[in-house]
Parts: sequence; structure tokens; C-alpha cells
Amino acid sequence: MSGFLQNTFNGLVGGAFYALLALGLAVIFGMLRVVNFAHGAFYMLGAFGAYVLLAEAGVPFWAALVIMPLALGLLGMVLERAVIHRLTRLDPLYNFLLTFGLTLILQDLVKSRYGVQSSPYATPDELSGTVDFGLFDFPTYRVFILAFTVLLCGAVWWVLGRTRIGMVVRAATERPELTRAFGIDVGKWVTPVFGFGIALAGLAGVLAAPMRAVNPLMGADLIIVVFAVVVIGGLGSIFGSVAAGFGIGLIQAWGEAYLSDYPLVSQTVVFVVMAVVLLWRPAGLFGREEAPA
Amino acid sequence: MLRIENLSAAYGEAQVLREVSLEVAAGEVVTLVGRNGAGKSTLLRCVMGLHPEQRGTVRLDGRDISRLPAYKRARAGLGWVPDDRGAYATLTVTENLTLPPRVGPDPWPLSRVYEAFPALYARRDSAATMLSGGEQQMLALARVLRMGARLLLCDEPTEGLSPLLVQQVGDLLREAKKHGVTVLLVEQNLHFATGVADRHYLLAEGRIAEAMENAEVRSRERELLAYLGI
Repeated sequence: MSGFLQNTFNGLVGGAFYALLALGLAVIFGMLRVVNFAHGAFYMLGAFGAYVLLAEAGVPFWAALVIMPLALGLLGMVLERAVIHRLTRLDPLYNFLLTFGLTLILQDLVKSRYGVQSSPYATPDELSGTVDFGLFDFPTYRVFILAFTVLLCGAVWWVLGRTRIGMVVRAATERPELTRAFGIDVGKWVTPVFGFGIALAGLAGVLAAPMRAVNPLMGADLIIVVFAVVVIGGLGSIFGSVAAGFGIGLIQAWGEAYLSDYPLVSQTVVFVVMAVVLLWRPAGLFGREEAPA
Repeated sequence: MLRIENLSAAYGEAQVLREVSLEVAAGEVVTLVGRNGAGKSTLLRCVMGLHPEQRGTVRLDGRDISRLPAYKRARAGLGWVPDDRGAYATLTVTENLTLPPRVGPDPWPLSRVYEAFPALYARRDSAATMLSGGEQQMLALARVLRMGARLLLCDEPTEGLSPLLVQQVGDLLREAKKHGVTVLLVEQNLHFATGVADRHYLLAEGRIAEAMENAEVRSRERELLAYLGI
């Protein structure tokens, strides 16, 4: 029983990273109709940035948790204005080429400076140790990640669901052209929303630094699964991305624990789930078929 | 109030509107009638700024708005009532109503909208796409009245509605007209059209074929219905 709970907890923590990344992809896709293949690279930059800030300037974890999302959000907004916005009128193939190309550039810039070996990042003192849950102990830092992510997703959910800004974003996501006809300058919201999605990826990266290997390819490894998450949840669905993120985290953790004798199965179970979901619901669990503009 | 000069529009190779010129005076209700594919909806989309391939001039109160993006035209006082009613699935009924900013001199307060439409009030926190077709049409009209739009662009607001609801749409448009709102209306239902409108333009193959008064439409109803294929 305690083993099962521990696996479940680990699955939720892994799912928290998927949820943060998928949430960013979902708001970006919703608003821009751009699939950001560079999302994993910004996650990596978040983790690497935290590492560099600590190693070279002594900036602690808590400060990095604020600085990196802001800095990357800003970088995202600059990139959106400079290149991403040009994609809207082009064939979707260019979307892939541009954002995948950005990934390679960002990865190689980091590689050329810091190499490919993993860099250690210590868990902040306040969050070291374990929490006793009676049936099992769990690392404090992981408890923190889970609580923080749930709060953050809740806050994003609240902003999208209960505020005027959220209402405009939902309307523009669902039917951009119609929303313009109602007097709303949809274009004005595109750049901040892109920056916000990138900031979430950066935040996930900072959170990952103390518990995952910090190296230039850490985002590339993760992003494949995140795209499966996004497809399962329904591309562009905010709720779907978060729910599928935690769900896939759980399935992966259970798969690794109980199918460890069949490594091929445990590694592919996510994609089997994706295939089944797509056969059953082609727009994803919470996705809607594209409405006419 | 609205003056369209030499408006042409195309979908790729296909020319849909050819040098259309027409005028709608302030406070008038004017309909566009014509067969399917005559270019009626395209004409409305051009006025709203939603059709990219267009030439010619659209003036609102003398001001050339042809180069303005759609959101600025809306803020200048155009109210969009699309043929699919434009209900957002991800917004509640109240949010659907309050999404557009108030633009005109006489926007309806939300309380007045809900007084006039008790059915919308009863479903105010539901997703707008959960409403019936008739309720969605009321929502579309209520939305532009709450916005305070001065010129409503309505694309077949009676399509698919029961006679009772058609009556309600008519009452609403007459009420809006009484308050000085101008309406340009795409309509196939001639009986409805003569009941609410002052004048009519017959559109054929992308051109204005005829301009008619109410009396003329009534006297030629049989001929026009046959022409329209209804």
C-alpha cells in the first residue's frame, strides 16, 4: 500500500512538470495557432539559468524562481515580435521548421558554453529532508513542487475563467475573427500570451533543476512526452492539458513501478494511450473540433 | 450613415461582388435579398472588415473605414450579428453579452437585456452553445444592443426560427429602430423583410439588380419568390 502511494505521489510530481509545460503550449496554441516545438528548450533554459545564476553569481533558488520566468517570458515576447508572428500567414510546415530550428540553436548555444555533461544543483536548504505522511516518507522538495504547481494551475484557471482578460483570451482562442468583429484587438494579446507560456516553461525548468539532471538536452527528452500529453488532453484545451499532464505522470510512474520487467512496455505506454485516445476522440479528451473562424 | 462605393470582392479567382454601391440612411432598416451565392453575406463581411480581398470604399458617417481592421470598425459603431449566431462555447451567456466593449451613445445595460430576454437570464451562467437556436439568435441581437452599436449588420437572423421567434426578432429590430439604430439585413423571408424594413436591394450575381420600396416588394412578391427559388 505504501509503495503504491509513493508511486502515485511520484507520478503526480512528474505530472506536475507535464502539466506546466502542456499548459503553456495550450495557451500559445489557442491564441496563436502555433505549436511551439521550442518549448522544451525554454524549460532547459529555465533550469540552466538557475544553475548559472547560482554557480556564477550566487543567486539562490528562490530568486531564480522569479528571475528566470520573467527573463524567459521577456525573451519569448521578443521572439514572438521578431519571428513567431510571421508564422500566422504561412504553411504550418514553417511553424515546425522555425520552432524546431530555435530549439537546435538554443541547445547548441548552451552546449558550446557548458558542454553536454549534467550539472548538479543543490536542493534549497529550506526544502531538504522528507515529510512523514504516516504510511511513507516523501522528499520535502517534491511535496513543494506538487503544492506549488497545483496552486499555479489553479491560479491560471481562475484568471482564465473569472477575469475579463481570461474571457478575452478564451473568446480569441475559440473564434479569433469573430472576436475582432466585437471590437477586441486580438493581436494586442498575442505577444503577452506567448511570453506567459514561455515563462511557465522556464518556471518548470527552475523547479526541475534540483531534482533532475541539468543538461542541454533535458528539454528535448521531456518534450516528446509533453506533446503526447497535449494531444491526449486536446490541443488548445487548458483544462485538458493540465488533467492529461497529471494523468500521464501517474500512468508513467505506475508503468515504471509495476511493468519494470517489461521496459519496452513501460516506456511506450504513454504513446499507446495517445493512440487509443486519438482513435476514440480525434480532437483529444477535452478538445473540440475546430470551429469555423 | 453607411455609404458603399464601387465595392468589389473575390474569393481567389471567383469574383463575388462587382462594383456594388448602396446607401443606408441613419435610422433606416434596409434589407439585402438575393439568391444563395448572390454575394449578400460577402457584402456584410466586407462592411465589417472580415473579407480580405476587397476593393472600393465603405464610409460610415462620411468617414472612410475601408482600411480599418474589424475591431476598429466595431468600435466605430458596427454591430455584428453573424449567420451562425456567433455563440461562444467557452463563454457563459453573460460573458457572451459583455464581451464587446460599449461603443455607442445608447448601450443597453445588462439588466435591461435580461428584462427583455428572461430566457437568457435563466441560463445566464450556462455555456452559450447550450441555448436553443432561437435563444442563440436573441443572444446575438442582445449582444450588439448591449454594445450600443449604431449600425447592425444582421446575416439572416430569422433563418431556421419558428414563426413565433421570427415575430420576436421583428419586434426587437423595430424596437431598436425606434431608438435610432440603423440596420442592414440579409434576409430571404420577404414577408419578414417588408414587416421590418424601409427599403430593399436585390442582389444578383454580385451586382445590385434593383432597389425597391416596401410596396413594390409586396406587389411583386410572387415573382420575387419564384426568382429567389423559395
